[in-house]
Amino acid sequence: MKILVPVKRVVDYNVKVRVKSDNSGVDIANVKMSMNPFDEIAVEEAVRLKEKGLATEVIAVSCGVTQCQETLRTAMAIGADRGILVETPADLDLQPLAVAKLLKALVDKEQPGLIILGKQAIDDDCNQTGQMLAALADLPQATFASKVEIVDGKAQVTREIDGGLEVLSISLPAVVTTDLRLNEPRYVTLPNIMKAKKKQLDTFKPEDLGVDVAPRIKTLKVAEPAKRSAGIKVPDVATLVDKLKNVAKVI
Amino acid sequence: MTALVIAEHDNASIKGATLNTVTAAAACGGDVHVLVAGHNASAAAAAAAQIAGVAKVIHADSEALAHGLAENVAAQVLAIAGNYSHILFPATAGGKNVAPRVAAKLDVAQISDITKVDSADTFERPIYAGNAIATVQSTDATKVITVRTTGFDAAAATGGAAAVESAAAQADSGKSSFKGSEIAKNDRPELTAAKIIVSGGRALGSSEKFNEVMTPLADKLGAAIGASRAAVDAGYAANDLQVGQTGKIVAPQLYVACGISGAIQHLAGMKDSKVIVAINKDPEAPIFSVADFGLEADLFAAVPELSAAL
Repeated sequence: MKILVPVKRVVDYNVKVRVKSDNSGVDIANVKMSMNPFDEIAVEEAVRLKEKGLATEVIAVSCGVTQCQETLRTAMAIGADRGILVETPADLDLQPLAVAKLLKALVDKEQPGLIILGKQAIDDDCNQTGQMLAALADLPQATFASKVEIVDGKAQVTREIDGGLEVLSISLPAVVTTDLRLNEPRYVTLPNIMKAKKKQLDTFKPEDLGVDVAPRIKTLKVAEPAKRSAGIKVPDVATLVDKLKNVAKVI
Repeated sequence: MTALVIAEHDNASIKGATLNTVTAAAACGGDVHVLVAGHNASAAAAAAAQIAGVAKVIHADSEALAHGLAENVAAQVLAIAGNYSHILFPATAGGKNVAPRVAAKLDVAQISDITKVDSADTFERPIYAGNAIATVQSTDATKVITVRTTGFDAAAATGGAAAVESAAAQADSGKSSFKGSEIAKNDRPELTAAKIIVSGGRALGSSEKFNEVMTPLADKLGAAIGASRAAVDAGYAANDLQVGQTGKIVAPQLYVACGISGAIQHLAGMKDSKVIVAINKDPEAPIFSVADFGLEADLFAAVPELSAAL
């Protein structure tokens, strides 16, 4: 069984982005970029399934600018066997529906038994791509996974839902999206980074896959959120209780 | 122009998030219909019909819809999608699971987590953990939307008298089956609906300490318990308690952050709270920059003292 793992290059989660002064977007020039944290969990899970002998090959895919190659190399340093870049122009606003269509084309080509993605990218916070891919490829889905087991040719997935957990059994091939507690990604070692540089990386254009990637949503404006100003410091618990009771009147 | 709201429910009753979604749907400009897709869900459908501002309830009932499986619920929505200009889901775990399937099948983009409706095709939504607010315009014929419930007031749960219409249930996809669930049972209010939330961070040090310190305070205040991602990562609290960018987005009347430094990802989930209290021994902790009342103190002394004083 092949596993396909889509990964996204995003602004590093430690970076506090700034809104551009012309309100056209956020300024991401010269900021640190990394693999989306949930995608790192996805790669780790795929590699673990391969290490357990449940998968034969792990293929990392990224859609976006040329520099997404670095993200793919990171995935290969974690243990993905090869990479596929679907390269799009730097000035294109690549949106989840378009990414899902590109991935659908790659699913048709590679015929993976499992596709594991992060549940959400931390830049656009959309939480769409995995579910959209599942719909387009007519596959079952288990989103927000905290445990994945392959049993009798099916995936048994524990999902994080509001208020607790639920367990689904889905037939393969299937789409799984990762939640925080699924695993803790390993640190990549220098020898593995060196090895990753030699792994196969193929590049396609959206045209090669016959996919229209034109954006469907126009961003009219990006603004700073309303600022919340700091209040006061209180010296002790008694003052705090007094303020909550008599000033804020919330208890 | 008519908007369809996909109800969040447990077959017996309608969940609060549905009410905020109805308000967002009404702001899109037309009539509001509600779909209740479930099993033995007549009570939920009847409750949906009571919601103020709802013109019609569509009730689809079958065993395949009992557990909200994404494949089956999406098929149910798609069966009637052609009648609607807007299809809105609450941005809950359930809504987020199903909405993109509907959008992809309709070949339209989804607008996630809207906090404001500017016009029938233009919406505001937070990006980058709420560090920026994007105003976006959809060019698609059908708008598939998830609604951040803290952005909209709840519609009144009673006062409406909508007709309930039955719809034929779609067949089970046969590709996914429900095996079981573990829902934490307690008497506390639900995190996203609570008026008061007390939230603990990594400074609590262990799950035992987390419970020992936070539970009495929550009990005294009748509050829900939340946690930072750091506390969840460290195993001190369950993942469904996580407040932040990738967890729950909350906006209670009072939010008490104990031993939480205030990373931007956490602030993203709680900064719309009416009153924020921060208890932290680090005077430089970023949480103080959003707190109405900051108490610079060791939480292991201050929180029990606070519990005792209430």
